[in-house]
Amino acid sequence: MLKINNLHAAIDGKDILKGLDLEVADGEVHAIMGPNGSGKSTLAQVLAGRETFTVTDGSVDWDGADLLALPAEERARAGLFLAFQYPVEIPGVSNAYFLKAAVNAVRRHRGLPEYDAMDFLSRVKAEMKAVGMKEEFLYRSVNEGFSGGEKKRNEVLQMALLEPRLAVLDETDSGLDIDALKIVAEGVNRLRSPERSMIVITHYQRLLDYIVPDKVHVLSQGRIVRSGGRELALELEEHGYGWIDAAQGGKAGGASVGARP
Amino acid sequence: MSAIDFWLGRHRDTAAGLPGADLPWLVRLREDAIDRFADEGWPTTRRENWRHTSLAFMAQQALAVREAVAPETVVAALRARYQAARGAAQDAAQQGAKSAPQSAPGSAPELAPELAHNDGHWVVFVDGHFAPALSAIGGLPGGVRIGSLADALAQTPEKVEAAFGQAGDGEAPAALNAALAADGAWIRLARGSMVEAPIHLVFIAATAADQHLRNLVVADAGAQATIVEHYPAGAAGSTLTTAVTRVLAAQDSHVTHLKLQQEAPEAIHLATIEAEQARGAVFTSHSLSFGARLARNDIRTRLAGEGAEALLNGLYHADGRRHVDHHTRIDHARPQGTSREFYRGLLDGSARGVFTGRILVAQDAQRTDAMQRCDNLLLSRLAEADARPELEIYADDVKCAHGATVGQLDEDALFYLRSRGVDAVHARQLLTYAFAAEVLERIAHAPLRALGRAALLERLPEGARLEELL
Repeated sequence: MLKINNLHAAIDGKDILKGLDLEVADGEVHAIMGPNGSGKSTLAQVLAGRETFTVTDGSVDWDGADLLALPAEERARAGLFLAFQYPVEIPGVSNAYFLKAAVNAVRRHRGLPEYDAMDFLSRVKAEMKAVGMKEEFLYRSVNEGFSGGEKKRNEVLQMALLEPRLAVLDETDSGLDIDALKIVAEGVNRLRSPERSMIVITHYQRLLDYIVPDKVHVLSQGRIVRSGGRELALELEEHGYGWIDAAQGGKAGGASVGARP
Repeated sequence: MSAIDFWLGRHRDTAAGLPGADLPWLVRLREDAIDRFADEGWPTTRRENWRHTSLAFMAQQALAVREAVAPETVVAALRARYQAARGAAQDAAQQGAKSAPQSAPGSAPELAPELAHNDGHWVVFVDGHFAPALSAIGGLPGGVRIGSLADALAQTPEKVEAAFGQAGDGEAPAALNAALAADGAWIRLARGSMVEAPIHLVFIAATAADQHLRNLVVADAGAQATIVEHYPAGAAGSTLTTAVTRVLAAQDSHVTHLKLQQEAPEAIHLATIEAEQARGAVFTSHSLSFGARLARNDIRTRLAGEGAEALLNGLYHADGRRHVDHHTRIDHARPQGTSREFYRGLLDGSARGVFTGRILVAQDAQRTDAMQRCDNLLLSRLAEADARPELEIYADDVKCAHGATVGQLDEDALFYLRSRGVDAVHARQLLTYAFAAEVLERIAHAPLRALGRAALLERLPEGARLEELL
């Protein structure tokens, strides 16, 4: 269970998250939607432990532990996974090495035996097949020269290998054509399980045609301004984000149905 | 003391006993050289080519061995490392062949010829003198001669004279070398000959506080060879190595030179590599500089014939208070030459790395294509890097590009790795290694590339941990 309470975060003295509350129960998939600049990616980065953001107030409780007290690598080992909006290219580090280093770091932490080269290869090849990645990507530098779709598949591959308890997908749909989107969504759906929670951050509704969320939240100006079921996403698709901003201009957080155009 | 008078005395006392002391041209050359050294003295930063590296301290520096090493142990360890590197390269090739999508199922993986071959020709020098008992030159193709300079001076002095160089060549330390060097490698490659396995030259400071080596490589038309200069850690203490390697590459010859400098932490290492390339000759220099308190490499090549190609590739690592300087110069003298120059530096502690890349394009050298890059990674706040391109272009139809960077590890990449559970220390190491490994990728010979990689990992903290995963 993840409980975010009154989270405030800033970068370079600028407040981005301004009192965000969110609860995600085990096994649930929550979608967070919102216009550009609403703080979606900041939320993802703060959860993953990026130090460039300063948490100025609030708390994040994860199964009784203070998530914000852990450095990024410990969060990852404890089972948090962030699928990056812009996966980083690392020239000179092969994808195979990177994946193995990551998987074994996590397995060590969980008290599982580290994979040897053969076991690791057979495991990774099976997962690659599932996300439609060719084996040659193992021997290329991490994300270097990968297309947008290939980078996102590589993120889903890492998620599958690391078996997180909580996965945060930051605009995993951006820059994908519909076929790539389906493959990525299938990869995500395969990983849905009662022990695994997911936060799917997206600007567009269309991803939610393929990854059906339990709950949808609308983020605006650093706060969750509305929460609802899947139908909320469809509403946003129909009316855009304009009405939220208009409502925010009035009473913050009180986006009422009547304020919609 | 290493003051000028000390070296004048050394020349006076030893000149008559040096190999070739009966050759008037060489006696004169040695005298001219020591005169020049006396004249110029140890270079200071007042000299243009030494702006960031001063040897002024040498005048007060006592050279002394604190703890000698047994050369046979050093050679055995080096050969074992090379064997291990060959094994690693072989494994990688087999794995690559297995996983390559185009290989038909059940087909045996094919090994590159350099992997199937023996481990090369080993020529060992101890304290500046050829050590036949530690060497294993092995069988050679017809027309190829690999031996000691001292022997060559006795047997074919006129051939040595043509390749020896002049007292005025290079910088002051090269003049000191010309005056004092008693030995070095003599490699002659006859027309069209090809030496498949690397020719390993090993220079060990075992008990002497100074050693001076002069290596001459004469490659006739179309000849091909790979020559490796190893400077493994020898005696502990303040020691001095001067080395001059000259490569004469005739038409269409291919000479690859790799230098792996891993001298002991208090050593002073002053080296020159000079090549002269005839029409269509291809010269490659890989300089891996990992050891010594102060290492200076003057690397120069002259593209003296049309269509010659040069690659100067280098990697240096220094930590503590160590200093490493590469001063390179590429002379494009004739048309249609191509040169590529790539250097990378890793600087930690309060170390300093210096790179100067001089490229001269003569008026006659039309359609020259030259590219140079130097990138430095500073691993601590006190480390320092200076990268200076110097382009002098007198021709009008040329392509010349250069770039230099000094930076730190990429924070985005560090976070990406950490977000996957890799701890910060390991993430830093991995990115540091990856930055450096790009230089190693240009070493075409797989076992030598693996040897360079092992040497790099030795320099990185917890390198062994990286190694098991790579």
